[in-house]
Amino acid sequence: MRAWVPAILRGLLLLVLIAFLVSPGSFEPLLKPLVQPNAPAIYNQGSLLSLTLLHLRTVLIATLAATIIAVLLAILVTRPFGAEFLALSRSLVNIGQTFPPVAVLALAVPAVGFGEKPTLIALFLYGLLPIFENTLTALTNLPRSVMEAARGSGMTPLQRLIQVELPLSLPVVVAGIRLSVVISLATATIGSTVAAKTLGEVIIAGLQSNNLAFVLQGGLIVGALAVLIYDGLSAVEAMIARRTGAA
Amino acid sequence: MRVRFDKLGIVIALLAAYGVLWSSFATLKPNRIVQGQAESMLQSLPAWAGWGLVGVLVVAITAALFRTSPWIKLIAAVAALTALTLSIGYAATFLTPAGNTYARVSPASGFWILLFAFALLAADAITRLDPPPAMRVLFLVLAALGAGALLMSGSWDGLSIMKEYSGRADVFWVEAGKHVELALGSLFAAVLVGLPLGILCHRVAPLRDGVLNTLNLVQTIPSIALFGLLIAPLGWIAANVPGAAALGIRGIGGAPAFVALFLYSLLPVVANTVVGLAGVPRAANDAARGIGMTGRQRLFKVEFPLALPVILTAIRIVLVQNIGMATIAALIGGGGFGVFVFQGIGQTAMDLVLLGAVPTVALAFASAVVLDALVEMNSRVPNGARSA
Repeated sequence: MRAWVPAILRGLLLLVLIAFLVSPGSFEPLLKPLVQPNAPAIYNQGSLLSLTLLHLRTVLIATLAATIIAVLLAILVTRPFGAEFLALSRSLVNIGQTFPPVAVLALAVPAVGFGEKPTLIALFLYGLLPIFENTLTALTNLPRSVMEAARGSGMTPLQRLIQVELPLSLPVVVAGIRLSVVISLATATIGSTVAAKTLGEVIIAGLQSNNLAFVLQGGLIVGALAVLIYDGLSAVEAMIARRTGAA
Repeated sequence: MRVRFDKLGIVIALLAAYGVLWSSFATLKPNRIVQGQAESMLQSLPAWAGWGLVGVLVVAITAALFRTSPWIKLIAAVAALTALTLSIGYAATFLTPAGNTYARVSPASGFWILLFAFALLAADAITRLDPPPAMRVLFLVLAALGAGALLMSGSWDGLSIMKEYSGRADVFWVEAGKHVELALGSLFAAVLVGLPLGILCHRVAPLRDGVLNTLNLVQTIPSIALFGLLIAPLGWIAANVPGAAALGIRGIGGAPAFVALFLYSLLPVVANTVVGLAGVPRAANDAARGIGMTGRQRLFKVEFPLALPVILTAIRIVLVQNIGMATIAALIGGGGFGVFVFQGIGQTAMDLVLLGAVPTVALAFASAVVLDALVEMNSRVPNGARSA
């Protein structure tokens, strides 16, 4: 009975977000009290909608690349050929997580210049870790009985991988992608410190001109995107899990 | 007998060969911000040192290529890393024209590739040795002593990053102190608040979802925004609550950074406390109840020790995350190593960026190693072996 409450809240959040992005001006009275009398309450150095789309595009590209590489790597180290790398890849993931995003961004600048590229590199590296870890966990914890049955029915290793192991691992892989997207959405804002076009631009403009309304709208748009995408991917994950469970 | 190659060794050998043969070792710049002239390994060092370095690297690559004992690989990796770090310092002195105080020498791509390749070899050797936690901490201490000796010996003084340091040695240590204070202080506050909150959530089920969902929402707000948003309320508190300003609470600076890090830290601490307590076997609790322990005794003598590894894992996550995130505090005047990173980005002086980034990474890495060791030591405690 109360199951529909969160769904309605999410729908409302989505509507408010779209309304804000399409016509930020109509929300001006709400934000006005936060700023000095003559300061603008709505970000005026660019369109919020296009910044949001650029933000999403950056995250999407980085996550896609990270998903492909992370899943391939996880498959590689769980095959007999790559088994030697399994332990090392675990420690590398552990070590990789200790590199702070700001450091990665800043260090990528001399190699690739300012703008979107260092942000993509940082997001890609951070995105890799949760997806790789989850795929690895899924592939190494498959039910033994299922694997025996697949082997017994004469499937080749490739058939087993594509028809049994990957479909069974999919929900956990999607969970990894979900974590990775949420981290990337927030981290992409830091990209604006190296001149990437993301919503971080709005927040940083707010910090520099002491404009609380800018900081708030930048932060809330990113937060709302994260909540909506997180929920959407959770739904996808549950759907896949149900289907594999039913099959 | 057939010679057997090590697969990772082949990767390392290819990387190292690329680093030695096709990339530059050091960059000489006329001053700190312009593009420099890249020099190869043999050009950046006097002949004896250049060929000596190549020799050490070739031996280390050979050790990596074949299947041998991990100890041999570890020694080879350490030897290669030591030779590399000493050579880059020597290259700086060798390349800098005499009497020129503006010229800067920085490590170039080849140096970083070689550093990565042999760090990979060391990581692989250590993973294969699977040392007990105490030995891992010992390795860390030895590495730190080695790095300390290298810096104290002055053999790196010609490098650009050390010139950036010597210009601001006082500020560096002040900011280092602020960075550690922010990261550790907010962790301490989060544990102080998060543990009781977690215990409360464990005992009072209806509270659990609400608290965890709220803390989850906090995590979705990007750090730079949260830092900014806290400026206003803290500024208001400083202006209106008597005594607050005297405590150092101010709208900009350390206070909003501290509160933001604290808020981010709460979720892992609370969530893991709940998970840890939920994972305590019912039998253990029943037995404790059976021998007449009170609720408080059970909490401190049974539930808490059993949940400790999970809670320590949260502390590890939080500490590493805080050390990284504290760099962002510099954007709102909160200090820390981020000051150098953002100044460096602003001036396009990459060695200044390194001066902020390298200590941050080292600090985060060291904390991860130490806390991982702690987690492992605590999960190995046999049941009831500890006396109260």
